[in-house]
Amino acid sequence: MNRDDPLLSVRDLRMGFADGRRVLAAVEGVGFDLAAGETLALLGESGCGKSATALSLLRLLPAAGRILGGEVRFAGRDLLSLPESEMRAVRGGGMAMIFQEPATSLNPVLTVGRQIGEVLERHAGLTGEGARARALALLADVGIADPARRLDEYPFQLSGGMKQRVMIAMALAGNPRLLVADEPTTALDVTIQAQILELLGRLQAERGMGILLITHDLGVVARMATRVGVMYAGELVEEAPRAAFFAAPRHPYTQKLFAALPDLARRGGRLETIPGQVPPLAAMPSGCRFAARCPHAWQRCRDEAPAWHAPAPGHRVRCHLLETPGGSVAAGTSVGASAVTGVPDAASVAHAAEAAPLLAVTDLRVHFPLRRGLLQRTVGHVKAVDGVSLTLARGRTLALVGESGCGKTTVGKAILQLVAPTGGSVRLDGCQLVGLGRQALRPLRRQMQMVFQDPFASLNPRMTVGEIIGEGMAAFAVARPAGERAAAIAALLAQVGLDAAAAGRYPHEFSGGQRQRIAIARALAVQPGLIVCDEPTSALDVSVQAQILNLLGTLQAELGLAYLFITHNFAVVEYLAHEVAVMYLGRIVERGNVAEVLRTPRHPYTQALLSAVPSPRPDARPMQQDFVRLPGETPSPANPPAGCHFHPRCPRASEACRQRYPDVTALSPTHAVSCHLYNDGA
Amino acid sequence: MLAYLLRRLFYALPILIGVNLITFGLFFVVNTPDDMARMQLGVKRVTPEAIEKWKAERGYDKPLFINPAAPGVGLLTETIFFEKSARMFVGDFGRAEDGRDIAREIVTRMGPSLAIALPTFILGLFVTVSLALLLTFFRATYLDFWGVVLCVALMSISGLFYIIGGQFLISKLWKLVPISGYGGGPDAWKFLLLPVAIGVVSGIGSSTRWYRTIFLEEIGRDYVRTARAKGLPETAVLFRHVLKNAMVPILTGVVVVIPLLFMGSLLTESFFGIPGLGSYTIDAIQAQDFAVVRAMVFIGSVLYIAGLMLTDLSYTLVDPRIRFER
Amino acid sequence: MSFQPVLLWSDLLIWLLVAGAVALGVLSARNPPLRAAWARVGRSRPGMAAATVLLAFLAVGLLDSLHYRPALPGGEGGRTVYSVEVLSALDALLTPLRTRNEKTYSAPLATRAHAREAIEVRAPDGSVRQVRDYPRLRHGGAHLGDEAARDADVAARLLRACALAAGLWLALTAAVAARRAARDGRGFAAAWRGLWRDGEGFAWNAVLGALAALLLLACALAALVPEYHVFGTDKVGQDVLYQVLKSVRTALVIGLVTTLVMLPLAVLLGIVAGYFRGWADDAIQYLYTTLNSIPGVLLIAAAVLMMQVVIDTHPQWFATAAERADLRLLALCLILGMTSWTGLCRLLRGEALKLRELEYIQAAQAFGVSDLAIIGRHLLPNLMHIVIIALVMDFSSLVLAEAVLSYVGIGVDPTMISFGTMINNARMELAREPVVWWSLAAAFFFMFALVLAANLLADAVRDAFDPRMTGAAS
Repeated sequence: MNRDDPLLSVRDLRMGFADGRRVLAAVEGVGFDLAAGETLALLGESGCGKSATALSLLRLLPAAGRILGGEVRFAGRDLLSLPESEMRAVRGGGMAMIFQEPATSLNPVLTVGRQIGEVLERHAGLTGEGARARALALLADVGIADPARRLDEYPFQLSGGMKQRVMIAMALAGNPRLLVADEPTTALDVTIQAQILELLGRLQAERGMGILLITHDLGVVARMATRVGVMYAGELVEEAPRAAFFAAPRHPYTQKLFAALPDLARRGGRLETIPGQVPPLAAMPSGCRFAARCPHAWQRCRDEAPAWHAPAPGHRVRCHLLETPGGSVAAGTSVGASAVTGVPDAASVAHAAEAAPLLAVTDLRVHFPLRRGLLQRTVGHVKAVDGVSLTLARGRTLALVGESGCGKTTVGKAILQLVAPTGGSVRLDGCQLVGLGRQALRPLRRQMQMVFQDPFASLNPRMTVGEIIGEGMAAFAVARPAGERAAAIAALLAQVGLDAAAAGRYPHEFSGGQRQRIAIARALAVQPGLIVCDEPTSALDVSVQAQILNLLGTLQAELGLAYLFITHNFAVVEYLAHEVAVMYLGRIVERGNVAEVLRTPRHPYTQALLSAVPSPRPDARPMQQDFVRLPGETPSPANPPAGCHFHPRCPRASEACRQRYPDVTALSPTHAVSCHLYNDGA
Repeated sequence: MLAYLLRRLFYALPILIGVNLITFGLFFVVNTPDDMARMQLGVKRVTPEAIEKWKAERGYDKPLFINPAAPGVGLLTETIFFEKSARMFVGDFGRAEDGRDIAREIVTRMGPSLAIALPTFILGLFVTVSLALLLTFFRATYLDFWGVVLCVALMSISGLFYIIGGQFLISKLWKLVPISGYGGGPDAWKFLLLPVAIGVVSGIGSSTRWYRTIFLEEIGRDYVRTARAKGLPETAVLFRHVLKNAMVPILTGVVVVIPLLFMGSLLTESFFGIPGLGSYTIDAIQAQDFAVVRAMVFIGSVLYIAGLMLTDLSYTLVDPRIRFER
Repeated sequence: MSFQPVLLWSDLLIWLLVAGAVALGVLSARNPPLRAAWARVGRSRPGMAAATVLLAFLAVGLLDSLHYRPALPGGEGGRTVYSVEVLSALDALLTPLRTRNEKTYSAPLATRAHAREAIEVRAPDGSVRQVRDYPRLRHGGAHLGDEAARDADVAARLLRACALAAGLWLALTAAVAARRAARDGRGFAAAWRGLWRDGEGFAWNAVLGALAALLLLACALAALVPEYHVFGTDKVGQDVLYQVLKSVRTALVIGLVTTLVMLPLAVLLGIVAGYFRGWADDAIQYLYTTLNSIPGVLLIAAAVLMMQVVIDTHPQWFATAAERADLRLLALCLILGMTSWTGLCRLLRGEALKLRELEYIQAAQAFGVSDLAIIGRHLLPNLMHIVIIALVMDFSSLVLAEAVLSYVGIGVDPTMISFGTMINNARMELAREPVVWWSLAAAFFFMFALVLAANLLADAVRDAFDPRMTGAAS
């Protein structure tokens, strides 16, 4: 192997999935180089073929997957022509892989030590004490405290972040020269994601590994990549060094991706969206695959697949627009255009302060009993929600932010009385909901509805869209005559941007974004004043997320809806929320207006959370200047730490924090925080 | 873990009581002892005296639950329920129609039953799991396809035909082993060979297919992909990763029957004339010996519940999540 | 009227089942997800071949479920008197088979009996002599002048049958192709070729293949039956083919009615336990764990013994022997159903537990929709696939169970013809010299065909309805 040769060189890789007797191509002509010590990020939305590409490199395809051609040269050898036995020496040895779901990617019935030992035995010939010592060193290397104990534990005894660290240790055990990381942090919370990304960066620097990072998150790309490749519908459409990529993306698809990202700058305006959908594998267009959704496409794009063009050294784009120098649409024009409307915040703030709140929650508690022992007696409680208070006025959006397991979803369900609260009060338009019987609650339910996270689980697959939307109308006898109801359903569908013909079809015929529109229409059908949105966009791709956020914004402006927006995504919060409440272990630790909480966060947890979010605009915020690295992970709500729940992870914890849960301190009429740092008149 | 097992034991008790009540209801409430007597003595032309005598001989002449005539605790103990049903808990099953003590009969007949059932079980498990692993290893090939077809064909054959066909071919045509019978001593294996072989073969179809499904389900999981990404050969993936995880569902179906092996197999024992509990049960059914059937129902349930507990225990061996439960 | 229709309880249930199947068909046709699942079944070649075979069995069973009592000749005073014997449409069709009994055993297609006996032979000189020989059968091959001509006669009949089968099959296939040609607006030749290709949406090739085999078998039997005992006769000289065909209905009743009996209970309790949780869940779980912990055969044995006592001590309840056998069959179905609902109930409870946490059910709760409506609108339709899979999966095991139970003596009434009673009656005959094998062979062949077809269809249905399979495809 020549010294200048790249570590990995992929040429014209094609793979597909067998469907009966056909093979549907899922990756078409992908080629890239990757040098040692470099991180190449493959970026794309779901179904674009990025994971299939990664699995093809190791020839680890699922049963239906077929490699159709191309060349994968790794360390001087063509992997696609290696016999399977030699390929096994490459897997885990030369090239290792980590996966998206650490919870399912580890074998549940083998100890951590055994699983790492397997790699050591296979690729380093180590067994017995030598292997144990090496495994200990590896675990220590990936930042696992008390590695000797962890070595003999099973995956279920580890937290999510620790499992991913073990996966990384396992990958490193064979001393690989290339690490393929397939969405390594997508299943993790932001603070854990920050830890894992930092770990990967450090290991790469120490070992000079190449990393092929598969991700859909522009923020992760900005944080990790040296070079970026963008995939669309099975093809690579743009490849550029990070700086050039973020400064001047050239492919219309890439530009659209950036423009669809929500953030503060776009507040009040509409987000760019990409119309249409990714073409299905069975019906790939013959010309440019993006042509049907591209605002700049002309006839040639539909007829002829574009060739690569290099607008700058190391930057190449597959687009007809770049044929003539300067022909590309300048990046950013569309971004600027969309941000002009501005936010009518000031006026509505003043207005909201006077009006009586639509929703007033005081000291809401939801405790789930923990049963143990012979007679299943209650031995304790999981305090999923433990004293949450909040208010929300008509036409306003309150974002409830927190990491997984903090109880934010339970708050939403308890407000809607889908989960019986243990205590506290929920007043909707002045009516106390807690303690009401089913019958008494029914008329009030019309006032409040919910939009759920998973667009695939939230619609009954056996009902037509019309029946789904009509269910609530029937329950509250809205628009009773059949004809009237059909008209009402058609109007609702139009309101959420769907065709009236959709009413006769079934949910499986719709894409994720369309399903979420149907779910919104179902909630709107009973004309509620309050909609609880439980992570309505977290299962969606960025471009589809933008459509849904736009829709929610429009509906709020037209109908004066109040949203309780449950999310973990700060970009979405910045874009659409008026107020923010940050939750940690069942309690709200900080709340205030968006500007207050996001620009001047006071609680150490909020600060850590905000600094852990990787920004997709490396230039917009100074990179990780005041990065607060949060150690450890969220403890179990069954057994929260004494005193301030956050103190074991807090960099500024004092004796008082260990003793007593802090009171709420008002920093301004709207901004309040629960932290001892601000208690004593600070 | 001890608490876990104790809890399971604690749950078993009400189930056992329920089983006892169900059998009692079936045998004494659905039909009165009078009906049974009339049935046993020939429906027509039975004198009331003969019925009374029949009932008195068997102790069926007492009230069902409460005996107001009896003094003290006799109010509850001198009843059919207490004497016939409740006393089964302490292993008192009463006497069969032929006057023999059922409990003693059961003890002596367990040996032959076990001699057939245990080898069949162990060999069968070994053969079917191996075959299933083989099919899994060659999944999505013609071997797998035709293997599954063969399994479906095998499981479509009634168990009766396996026995009849086996006896006919091997014992009658080829005269390899005795057609039936049971004996101790050095030649005992001759009598065991055919029933065990038939028992194994008749279970191949459904078990192999079932285990194959379990293995295939495990093979689709993420951790298998991880194991492959480590560069492990397919055999190591199959034996070290898949087999160990598949043990949980396999044990669920398998361990529970281990105690029931004592009961033997109804069909095999009756066809081969083996003096085990299976043939005892069948004879009792055909002779309408209610006392024996009642005893077997109760013992069967006790053994099944023991099997459930054994299953729980076996989980702790293969599944660390249960082993470490406090 | 020359006959009086009789509706046995099992007839009623069978025809109710047919009505239920038709209703399910209509429902499926209206509901696209169900229709799509059935279309997937239709694409499965083994599944459709099996379905064709099962339909043939079903036709036999249904014909055997139209019962009547024939009028006796010479009714007094203009009043018709009906026979106490209850016959079915199948019996009427098979009258030659049913009535032409021999004395005892005879081998398939034999012209003489299976065992020697003393017969009188008239010598040419007119003297009568006693010899031990195989006597000629009364009906088997009686039309033959010379017994040596049997093989040629059989061959000729088979040849004619083949020709007839081929003709019928070609006509049927052409009819199907013509219909498809008319529907799709393409040429007849193209439609014909299309029948044999995969990917046409429906596995016509498998259906037509199975049909060819069935026609061949049916024509061959029809050609031979008038003059021969194709599968021989049994101990009392009854035709084995007749017995086999009568067994089909018994197997179908056991396999289908049992599930029908347990279905409402399993669905109701499973959903109540899974959806409402709480004490109802505890009670239902306790109930099925307790029932489940009694080994199945023993519970059935105990229940059947008790049922026998009830039947035997109440002879006045039954007008005819057929009625008694019929009620005993239904009681067996009931008992089998009561012991086997636990599995489906547990399955449905688990699924209902999962479904009640799903967001579309929470959305309905957020509308204040009543529990009953949620169960009817959201839970039941999404549990349907489990019920359908359980129905087809249980069928084959129940048919097999009937044989074993009848053998043990706790199955159907001994006078009722079933695979189990056939095997039970014939199994001792393998010990005879020479061996009497045909009863067992015929029972084996037909039972195997029925169960194999059921298993194959069950596989196809499970693959088509299991959401895990379809989830992977979308």
